[in-house]
This record gives sequence, C-alpha cells and structure tokens, in this order.
Amino acid sequence: MTIDLIKREYRTISSISGPLIFVEKLSGGSLGEMCVVELADGEKRTGQILQLMGTTAIVQVLQGTSGIDSDASSVLPTGETARIGVSKELFGRVLNGFGEPIDGLPPIIPDEYLDINGLPMNPAAREKPDFFVQTGISAIDGLNTLVRGQKLPIFSGAGLPAKELALQIVRQAKVSEAADFAVILGAMGITSREGFFFRKSLQEAGALERTIAFINEVSDPTIERLFTPRIALTVAEYLAFEHGYHVMVVLTDMTSYCESLREIGSAREEIPGRRSYPGYMYTDLATLYERAGRLKGKKGSVTLMPILTMPDDDITHPIPDLTGYITEGQIVLSRALHRKGIYPPVDVLPCLSRLMGLGIGEGKTRDGHRTISDQLYSAYARGMDVRRLVTIVGEEGLSDLDRKYLAFADEFERKFVGQGEADRSIDETLDLGLELLKSVPEREAVRRK
Amino acid sequence: MKETRGKIYGVAGPTVLVKGMAGPVMNTVCLVGKQGLLGEIIRIKGELVTLQVYEDTSGISVGEEVISYGIPLSVTLGPGLLTGIFDGIQRPLEKIRQAAGGFITRGIKFEALDIDRLWEFTPLKKKGDFVEPGDIIGTVQETERIVHKIMVPPGQSGTITEIKTGKVSGAEYVCMLEKGKFIGLFQEWPVRKPRPFAAKLPPSTPFITGQRVFDTLLPVAEGGTAIVPGGFGTGKTVVEQSIAKFSRSDIVVYVGCGERGNEMSEILSDFPALKDPTSGLPLSLRTVIVVNTSNMPVAAREASIFTGITIAEYFRDMGYSVAMLADSISRWAEALREISSRLEEMPGEEGFPPYLATQLGIFYERSGKVRCLGTDNRTGSVTVISAVSPPGGDFSEPVTQASLRFAGSLWALDPDLAYRRHFPAVNWLASFSLYQAELNDWFVSEVAEDMVKLRGRLYSLLRRQTELRDIIQIIGVEALQEADRLTLEVANLATEAFLKQSAFSEVDAFNTYEKQYGILKSIFTFMESAEAALKRGVYIETILENPIRGRITRMKEFPNEGFSKKAEEMMRDIENEFTMLEEK
Repeated sequence: MTIDLIKREYRTISSISGPLIFVEKLSGGSLGEMCVVELADGEKRTGQILQLMGTTAIVQVLQGTSGIDSDASSVLPTGETARIGVSKELFGRVLNGFGEPIDGLPPIIPDEYLDINGLPMNPAAREKPDFFVQTGISAIDGLNTLVRGQKLPIFSGAGLPAKELALQIVRQAKVSEAADFAVILGAMGITSREGFFFRKSLQEAGALERTIAFINEVSDPTIERLFTPRIALTVAEYLAFEHGYHVMVVLTDMTSYCESLREIGSAREEIPGRRSYPGYMYTDLATLYERAGRLKGKKGSVTLMPILTMPDDDITHPIPDLTGYITEGQIVLSRALHRKGIYPPVDVLPCLSRLMGLGIGEGKTRDGHRTISDQLYSAYARGMDVRRLVTIVGEEGLSDLDRKYLAFADEFERKFVGQGEADRSIDETLDLGLELLKSVPEREAVRRK
Repeated sequence: MKETRGKIYGVAGPTVLVKGMAGPVMNTVCLVGKQGLLGEIIRIKGELVTLQVYEDTSGISVGEEVISYGIPLSVTLGPGLLTGIFDGIQRPLEKIRQAAGGFITRGIKFEALDIDRLWEFTPLKKKGDFVEPGDIIGTVQETERIVHKIMVPPGQSGTITEIKTGKVSGAEYVCMLEKGKFIGLFQEWPVRKPRPFAAKLPPSTPFITGQRVFDTLLPVAEGGTAIVPGGFGTGKTVVEQSIAKFSRSDIVVYVGCGERGNEMSEILSDFPALKDPTSGLPLSLRTVIVVNTSNMPVAAREASIFTGITIAEYFRDMGYSVAMLADSISRWAEALREISSRLEEMPGEEGFPPYLATQLGIFYERSGKVRCLGTDNRTGSVTVISAVSPPGGDFSEPVTQASLRFAGSLWALDPDLAYRRHFPAVNWLASFSLYQAELNDWFVSEVAEDMVKLRGRLYSLLRRQTELRDIIQIIGVEALQEADRLTLEVANLATEAFLKQSAFSEVDAFNTYEKQYGILKSIFTFMESAEAALKRGVYIETILENPIRGRITRMKEFPNEGFSKKAEEMMRDIENEFTMLEEK
C-alpha cells in the first residue's frame, strides 16, 4: 500500500468502541478508504473508513483497538481503497488473512493492484456453467453434480469431516484437469491444527505449487476475516479471467466470517436482524458467493466451495439459510451417518446441485444419468420413511416391499455414499447406482425408463 | 424541471446525506458525486436530504456535489424493450457488456433503449383524426412475434396535424397534434406511479401455465396474483422459469430480483433457443428481462420490481396478456429493510419497516385485468407470480404473511416433497386458490362439464391420502382395510401420474387442459373400475399388480396433440382389463 505523505494525519480520535474508532474533523476521506493508524509507541495498524457523517469518520481497525489512546494515536488516510497486489508469483505461497506473506519468503512483486471488493459481474456477460467436474465422490457426481463456475457449499457440523471432504474433492478434481488448474484457500478463524492439516494434505496431493493459501487463524484479528474471502476471490478472478485458470476456491469457515460481520454490526450500533446477525448479511454474502462463475469469451472459471459449520446442526440458522439462498445448491453432512462410521457422511436428501441439469447427460456424463439419480432419490426417500416407520410399528408391521426398501437404504448408505477415500469415475458411480436399484422392484420404481 | 445542487454530508452503505439543496423533491433522482452515480431522494429532514444510491458508494467523499433535476425515477417505454436485458434501473446490460466487458463498472451510463435504431412505423390514424390517451396511432413490428402499438400517452389528446409513415427513430416524433404537441415512439413513465386504465375487470379466465397442479388444482386467473413461497432448494426458480417458458401469455416480464447470476445466464442462453408453445418462435421475442442479482447494488434491487411492473403495465395497455414474474419478492423486501435501517427508522417485525405490507400491497395491486385507455375498448392483463423466500422455510415471517393477504393463489412449496424429487414440490393441502369459484364457469364451458367435479374428487382423495398415511404410521399398511388400501393406492397414483410433472421433459413440461383432463379422468376411471372389481370380490393384490396402473403413470409422456383420443383408448382399456379380472 502506497502512502501519500502530503496527506495530513489526524490526532482527533474522539471515541473508541470495540474494533471501531471515531475520528473527528477529518476532511476529504472517502468511504472504504484505507488508513494507517499509528499508536503512541510507533506501532502501525490498518484501518478502513466505514462511514462518514459530516467531518466524523468511523474507522474499523483490522488488528483491533487494544492499546489505542485518543490523545497520542493518529490516523492517516492513504487515499487508497483496499487493494491486493496480484501476480502468478503467488502460487505456492502462504499469506495471512490480509494478503501479507507469512511463509518467511520474500514479498511478492505484483503485476497489478486490484480492488478486493471487485465489481459485480454483468449477468449478460456470464457464460452458462455446463462443464462437468468429476470429483470422484459418488454422492456428488451421481446425485448432485458439480459444474465449473458453480458455488456449492458444504454444510457441516462441529466435528464432522467437512475439511477432509473438501480436500478430497480438490485432490481428485485435479486429476481430470490439465496444468491450468489452481486452488485458492481462504481460511478464516481456523485453528492452527486445521492450518497444518490443510498444508500437509495439499502437499501430499502434490497440489501445493498450484495452491495459494490465505490463512487467518483463530488468534489472528477478527476484522481481518472480513478481508480474507475478498482477497482470495480477487486473486481467483485475476487468475481465471486474466490468465485462463480454472480456479477452485475453498473458503472455510464462513461461520467465523459471519461472526466478524456481526461483531462490526453491533459495534456500529446497527439494528440487528435474525439471531443478531446484520440485516444486510444476505447482500454481504452475495457479494462473495456471486463472484463465482464464467465469463463469455474468457477461458477460465471460478468455482467456489465455501464450508460452514451449522451451529447445533441447525440448517435453518441464518448462516446456512442465507448461504443456501445464494449458492447453487448445498452438500449437507450428517451426524447420524458420521456416527455410523460412513465417510463421506453426505446426507443426500437435503443436498442439491441446482446446476446439475447443465452438467449431465450424453456427451457430458452419460445418457440416463438423471433417471438413475431420480430413482436413487425416490427409493432412498422411501427407505428412510420405512426406517422411521420401523421405530413405531416394528419390523413385523412391514410389507415385503417395505423391507426391500429398508434394505436398499442401508446398502445405499454403506456402498454408494460411504465410499471412503476411493476415487470413483462417473461410470463406476452410475453403474453402482444401477446395481443397487436392482433390489427394488421394477413396477414400483416408476421413474425407471 | 428545476435544477438544484447540494453537497454530500455523510455516506453510510447505500445511503448518502446531502446538505444545502434548495427545494428538493421526494422521490426525484439525483446525480451523486464526481462519478455521477444515480440516486433517489427518499427523505427530507430540515436541510438534510437522504438519497438511496443505485450504485456502490465506496470512494465517495464528503463535500462532493449532488445535482437534482426534479425528475422522478422513470423508465423509457417503447420498441426495443423485448429481447432486452436491463438492470434494476433499466440500464441495458448488453450495451454495458459491449462497452465495459465482464464487469459492471461504476457510473457507466447508457440510454435504456437504442434511440437511433430505425423502426418501420405503420400509421393507423390519419391527419385530422381526433385522438385520446391510449388510442393506438400506429404500430411497429417489434419482433417477429409481437406488434408494438404506439399509443397516445396518458394526459395527451388532440387532432392530428401530421403523422409519419415508414422508418422512424426514437429520437423523432411520429405524430404531431395541434398546438405543436408531439408523440414519439418512446415515452417516459415514473416507476412508482401505476399507469392509468379505464376500468378494472373481474377475473374470469384462467392464466394457463401448462402445469397440472396449478391449472387444475390451484388456478390463478388472468390478472391475478400468485405467490410461491418455499425454503431454498424447493424449486421456486424452476416454477418461475417454467411459467416464463410455457405460460400462454403474450408477453413475459421476468424480474430477477436479488437472485443468482448463473440462473440468469441460463435464461439468457436458453430463451433464444426455446420455442414458445403458441407461435413456435423463440421465447426471447416475447420476453423482457430485468435483472439485479444479489451482488448488484441493493437500492437498484429495490427499484427493480417497480421497473418490471411498469414495463408489464405498458404492454398490458396495448391489450396484451402479460405475465410478470418476480424472483424473489423477499429480496426486494430485504433491500427495503436495509435502506430503512440505514435511515434509522423504527423497525417493525423482524427489522422490516412498518410500511412493508403497504408497499407490497401497492405492488401486488398493480396486477389486474383492465379495460385499457383508448376508444377501442381493448382489454389487457398483468398476472403477477412472485417467489417468496422465507428464512428457514418458515412461512410465519412478515414477507410471506403480508404477501398472503394480497395473493389470490398460494402455491406453497414443501422441502419434504423436494427431497424426494417430487416437482413441482407444491404442498397441495397447504396451498389455496381464491379464483376457483370465479373460474368454474370457464372450466365447465371450455374444458369439460365434469372438470370442476373431478377437481373436487381429487381434493377429497388427496385429503384422504394424508389421513391414511397418518394411520399407517401407527398400525402399518398391512392392517388397512382393503377399500382404504385401494384409496391410498389411487391417491398415490394421482400424486405420481398427475401432480408430479417434469419441467425438463419435452412432452411433459407444458400440458393443455385437454391433456390434464384426460389424465385426471383416466385416474378416476381406474378408481371406479377398481372399486367395482373389489366389491365383486377380486383380490386387491390382483388389482394392484395389473400393469394398467403403470400405463396411467406414463400417460404424461404422450404429447398434447390428440390427447383426448389417447385418453379415451386408455379408459376403454382400463374398463376392459378390470372386467377380465377373475374373482377370488
């Protein structure tokens, strides 16, 4: 960030509240402008103007306000919006949540600086996403197919293996791609253990040189988390639309991000919305998620896989709820399956891929894919009904047909969903699906052609 | 128009405070700051004027200038709307793409309609004719599919002193009235002001969607309103899109309000390729798209549904039947909430402003079947179908509840049905249509004499299905009486063969009433024959094992053409099969 030295610095901090400072008599500052906040002992912190009212500016301080005093600390507007220096040199690097290297290697020499907020993609310029991505996971490829340019989140619960699944997808999706594949990890509020896990797994997968990691750990400043996904997505857009890469962005954990958003909202004394998350959280999340996509006339794509932890496994909680309303489907993990030892514990019934129809069928996966998927859904839903029934009427009250569906549900979970670390081709997935469907009667499976 | 200037005093999110404006007027537009961003005055409090800005406000500084010309937020109406794609404040997105590439840069401006494009104007009036508001002075073949009627704008009348013929552009006049008044191809209209009409008419004809569950069970009238609430993944967008594709309306205005960009790209690439069922011409030729995706500025999202409904009303005024699809009205309400909270207004329920219901009512009431202005007594209609996205799928929230008060039909989507891939995932028992009674005459005269009766029977059958399913939960299916078991199986057949419909199947996506009636009638023929056989002493297993049931389920795979013949054959086959069944 360049600093214009002619600009005046202001020693007019009137109040400090949570992560915010209020600066008086500030003239010429603009909304979103970055500032340098200098403490009495010379420590420099990064701030951003959130609101302007007359000559009062509200500035959020990324590293927190602890130690800032209203007399001796100063604020210096830089005249710049929040920007990140981008370059292909970023590959293989590990940076903090604000885009500064933390891997001990020298700083990056950027090709250009880009505004991290980006610009909204013109809906008329979007290219329809229709390129099938084989993740090697049956529950995804067969039933909730992922396509390039899609945003497909993983809804997880505390202790469920969402990160393992995300990494397995990254690892396996890589295989079918050529050299133009890139992974960007935006980690917000993760534990250092998770940080190690990500780096180790990516290294083992041999994907590290294709990866850029922005890592904000639990102990790092919370406000920085609001910047991390924006930086990650700005780099993704740069690689995809300037250099033609197919970029997979994994953002984890969106729950931490939303909590930071709530923290700022409450410090600004805004009227809180549901569960005290700000009323504009939908719009805010949309400005992140909607950055996935493809553009007409450009080779690359940005595919987004946010991971979030549903508080108390509650899918109606505002974080998963608003996410589900923006993203093109969701992969939901189930505690019940996890307890049964099934990996990946994908709860297929509430899962969805809205763009599946665009990525499957003849020439993409195979003819009849939709039929197989619909039949598996129908039969499994019926099997689950029977399973509930058993708890009330016992196995004796079941008809033969019901028993068949019950057995189908068990087999389906064990074999189709619970594939473990295996990397299945789409043909293997669909053949397995057909094989399993044989156990339910033809006449009943009306969806079968 | 008077021009007035002021200076920016504060910026918070999408709102900007201005000081020093002389005589600001509510709801007029302003140009804000160095970049000339478009804003609208939404509050005047002493010398402080609050604007909502239709573009991202970052980078705006205190002290920059604001200019108001005293004009309300308006849209341009005229040839060139069809096949167009506009943002919430009617900026042409295709032009922006050509100029700026993949992303929408701030402060970019284009006229909504191409003012230089020449149109072939055919006059219908001549010199010396006296014309009133709404009179059609001539036509332009806007697309292969739609004739655009050039009307005398509201508030103008007089004797024609000159009328052109042949190639005319939007920049010129096509007709001159006495005292030097002009009529051009284009007219401006403020989006927040409903366009006038001669009289509202009661609903009497159904709005044909081609979807069995809607048309037969839960019809919406032409000029009516339907709301489609549902949690995420229940298929709201697919319902909206299917209606945009297959409904028998002349014009479709599709408003993507705060929704996904990729879905819009799907519409944009599919519509030019898909054929409209009535004319066989590409769907795009009858469609106007207004899109303000969730990541585009929130104030423009608020404006988008008003932009959309104004365009819909304009085509209604020409005498067309217009479908206005809003996906989703909840995103509009959230935009309203966001701006209201920036104004620090006292919040109502769930933080929504107390005037939410009033505003929603104003929007929904702009639907309707009307006798248009003009001396030829033509009628036109705007049917509004809006998706509602209740948080957590909970319908008790304010937007769903307020919408319910104004909607004539409720199509409630159910996640449980969606999970089992039953689409459209309409919960038939939780939904309603208030138009049934008004449309009964039409059904009897235009579809079949027993259509209304069959619908009643279908309702009772489905209600019974729910009861029986509850009983099974306790005693198991084996303990049901045979007659009940049969009723349940017929109800399941109706669910499968009639209620479930694939939006992706070429033959099943749109059903004529002839086909809907044919399938329904076959199901009840099966029910009657099966009940008779059961009484006669045939085993229930024998009845249920008969393959005829599967054939009824597959009836939807027959095309619309000549369906009644196919249905008659089917009913004959059903009766034959059952008379042949052997008794115990």
